[in-house]
Amino acid sequence: MKIKVKVNGEWKEWEIDPSDYLLDVLRREGYLSVKRACDTGTCGACTVLVDGFPALSCSVLAATMDGHEITTAEGIADEMEEYIKALASEGAEQCGFCSPGLMVMVYALKKEIENGKVEKNEEAVKRYLIGNLCRCSGYLGQQRAIFKFLGVK
Amino acid sequence: MREVKKSVPKKDSYGLIRGKPVYTDDIAPRDSLIVKVLRSPHAFARIKSIDTSEALTMSGVELVLTYKDVPRKPITRAGQGYPEPSPYDKFILDEYVRYVGDEVAVVAAKDERTAEEALKKIKVEYDVLEPVLDFEKAEGNPSVIHPEDDIFPQFDIGFDPKRNIAASYEMEIGDVDEIIKECEEDPDCVVVKDRFYTQAQAHVMLEPHASFAYIDMSGRLVIVTSTQTPFHVRRQVSMVLGIPIKDIRVIKPRIGGGFGGKQALHGELIVSLVTWKTKKPAKLVYTRREVFEATYTRHPSRFDVTLAATKDGKLRAIAYDVLWDTGAYGEHALTTLMVAGSKTLPMYNKVDGVRFRGKVVYTNHVPAGAYRGYGAIQGNFALESAMDILAEKLGMDPVELRLKNIIREGETSPIFKIMGEGREGTDMIIKSCKLEQAIRRGAEIINWEKKFRKREKRGSKVKGVGMAIAMQGSGIANIDMGSAIIKLNDDGSFNLLVGATDLGTGSDTILAQIAAEVLGVSTDDIIVYSSDTDLTPFDAGAYASSTTYVSGNAVRIAAEKMKKLIIEEGARKLGLGPEEVEFDGKVIRAKDGSKEVTLKELATVRYYTEDQKQLIADGSFVGPESPPPYAATFVEVEVDTETGKVDVLKYVSILDIGTPINPALARIQAEGGAVQGIGMALYEDVKYSSSGKLLTNNLMYYKIPSRLDVPDIHVEFLESYEPTGPFGAKSVAEIGIDTPPAAIANAVYDAIGVRIKSLPLTPEKVFFAMKK
Ligand code: FES
Ligand code: FES
Repeated sequence: MKIKVKVNGEWKEWEIDPSDYLLDVLRREGYLSVKRACDTGTCGACTVLVDGFPALSCSVLAATMDGHEITTAEGIADEMEEYIKALASEGAEQCGFCSPGLMVMVYALKKEIENGKVEKNEEAVKRYLIGNLCRCSGYLGQQRAIFKFLGVK
Repeated sequence: MREVKKSVPKKDSYGLIRGKPVYTDDIAPRDSLIVKVLRSPHAFARIKSIDTSEALTMSGVELVLTYKDVPRKPITRAGQGYPEPSPYDKFILDEYVRYVGDEVAVVAAKDERTAEEALKKIKVEYDVLEPVLDFEKAEGNPSVIHPEDDIFPQFDIGFDPKRNIAASYEMEIGDVDEIIKECEEDPDCVVVKDRFYTQAQAHVMLEPHASFAYIDMSGRLVIVTSTQTPFHVRRQVSMVLGIPIKDIRVIKPRIGGGFGGKQALHGELIVSLVTWKTKKPAKLVYTRREVFEATYTRHPSRFDVTLAATKDGKLRAIAYDVLWDTGAYGEHALTTLMVAGSKTLPMYNKVDGVRFRGKVVYTNHVPAGAYRGYGAIQGNFALESAMDILAEKLGMDPVELRLKNIIREGETSPIFKIMGEGREGTDMIIKSCKLEQAIRRGAEIINWEKKFRKREKRGSKVKGVGMAIAMQGSGIANIDMGSAIIKLNDDGSFNLLVGATDLGTGSDTILAQIAAEVLGVSTDDIIVYSSDTDLTPFDAGAYASSTTYVSGNAVRIAAEKMKKLIIEEGARKLGLGPEEVEFDGKVIRAKDGSKEVTLKELATVRYYTEDQKQLIADGSFVGPESPPPYAATFVEVEVDTETGKVDVLKYVSILDIGTPINPALARIQAEGGAVQGIGMALYEDVKYSSSGKLLTNNLMYYKIPSRLDVPDIHVEFLESYEPTGPFGAKSVAEIGIDTPPAAIANAVYDAIGVRIKSLPLTPEKVFFAMKK
């Protein structure tokens, strides 16, 4: 079947199988920032935005995306320059496999805070990001960077 | 120091965070055959018959391989230096399957779906055998896991497969039984005897194992893989497939974590075989379930520890009797076992006698392999728990007991010489050891004096504090080599080529900092290329906490040679002798200030106009010793007496890692290690069904710490300088993981007076222990 999706601001028309997951289609189409790290929707490495809200692309059928807007790490990296700097200067990404998914989530979180949907404090930030697993860093470096970026005191 | 002891961002930071396509699966050729593996549903079975005809006729299926189609050549996939201390007890595919998940057949097809369909079409009849699932019943069990006669070790490792023994080891200094007997009879002495268990832990590096292979334009086999050991991969693929080393190139792109799990070969042999046979590119990316079911875990263990001490707290003897479960194959069996002793026993170097006896048994479980800590974390839990039990019996503060007995700068331990990794070790006088300071500082931060044995209550919750100390190593002395090449470019920048393997740790950056420091240039002027067997010089790989110390020293040597070369060439250009000039990283200048040439000018001249030659230098290094980093960890916990749940409130770890070349990266290593260790201490646990099927085969059933599980962690590095290390550095990769299990168990005891002697400290375990 065919679907039309707007990815990182550009409309695309893709031929997909109805049983394809969004993650596989995105990777096939060259959006390689989207990673697969589990089979169970548990790790957050595949996080993208669908119409501005975070979604686990490994658990979303591509067929349901027709007409929707998808944002991947590639699409927000320029806007997130300051965040990238903060994370890099903490040395908080080690292997980096979790990093693009986390960046997408932090991007969404920033919007939520701006819209007053999520409180701007450490606990709320941690809760919002709980689904993004990282096995290398122990999270604390990430958090130092994220708190700084979001201005959480 | 200008470039070291400085937190420069990792060279790959920007690319990684932005999500650039840099991992194995991102860069595999689009037309790669997709490789899938049929895995055993039985813990132990012999393949009676296997019929692949239906799968082979499917359209889109390129190749199906069973044990009949592959060379029968025993190997070890361990990914260690040659000759390996692990037995050659594995075949690419075999008639026997020895754990649920073991390889039965390989399919290569045009796409994922076809490959998966084809797997279902393979008909296998098994002769199901009685598995060995309890490692305490493995030795001499009538079920022999490796009955085949064509497996062997490279040298004597105590290999006795007919009795299910993969390796064994014994050593003794002094007459330990005699000392223990004396102490038992002497009212002025105390003896502690206890048994401890540690569980299997899964690595859960976020990137699953992935590799692909293709044939290049000259017909050579190129393997791109998420490995920690590209040079060992090349050697082992060559050995098994009979392809000369010169016809194989192994490249490691960025990799998504390893922790030891990618030291071994997993998919590499299979994709190589498929590509070599079909001449087509082929890739194999493990599913998360496969990573759990068919790669590695940490070795589960049982320790019987005996400690003997005088009433005033002087340790007189330590004895370990250890049983070690290596699962279906003996990868890292002997070496992890020995590290359990060699990286714990020397901490208490003032004893009169010390004994280590251990056996590693085969079981029908997922093979155990290298995992951060590498035996030391298991040994640490047993020894540091036993030390607390001893302190209690002596009526002595555990901090004081440690301070009385620990190793100090300028001292040694006979263990260093006797126990190496799989063979004899190397004598060493400890040149840097801030363990005492670490203990004192940690005690101060946690407020030990005020909190120990105070058992502060809040409703059903009780607080407690506990501590543990640890040591690790820095590379494998006299065995593993690292090397580096530095060449000058015509703009005055340098290429640094290293075989060392950055698995996310930041070693590319750290090695660049070391080169920059020697040369007096900025780290930005060092361009690093690593881990490509065609283009970078040999390096054993990233394991055993080796890269900063071993590869770092190789880089230091290469950079020193380069500096000498620049001075010589610069002096020649100026018509002076080398002793008459100096080089500050930019300019080669006569010491009397009369003339100068910039590095850029010199390079341009040497490459384009005059006396042309490439300025290039190399360095190799094998550690003459393996200087240990040390840690003292103090934790405060709160135990809920109604549920048994343990919460870590505060975690303080004071480390001596020598000079931290990059303090920010070192801190992340220490914090990340601590969190992995806390996971092991509290809940991570690889579990099997009664028939040997892995139950914890995904991230829902196998829980790793999330960000809400992370306590308040305070990590501090003490001023320390290791004279044999590059700019004083030792290692940081593993030391952080060793202490959490014992420190937390000791804190739980402090809180509720209940001693948990088997990991993990789950709420049920703590609860039932309390009720007893
Ligand atoms: S890959 Fe989607 S949550 Fe893990
Ligand atoms: S940096 Fe490796 S998983 Fe997060």
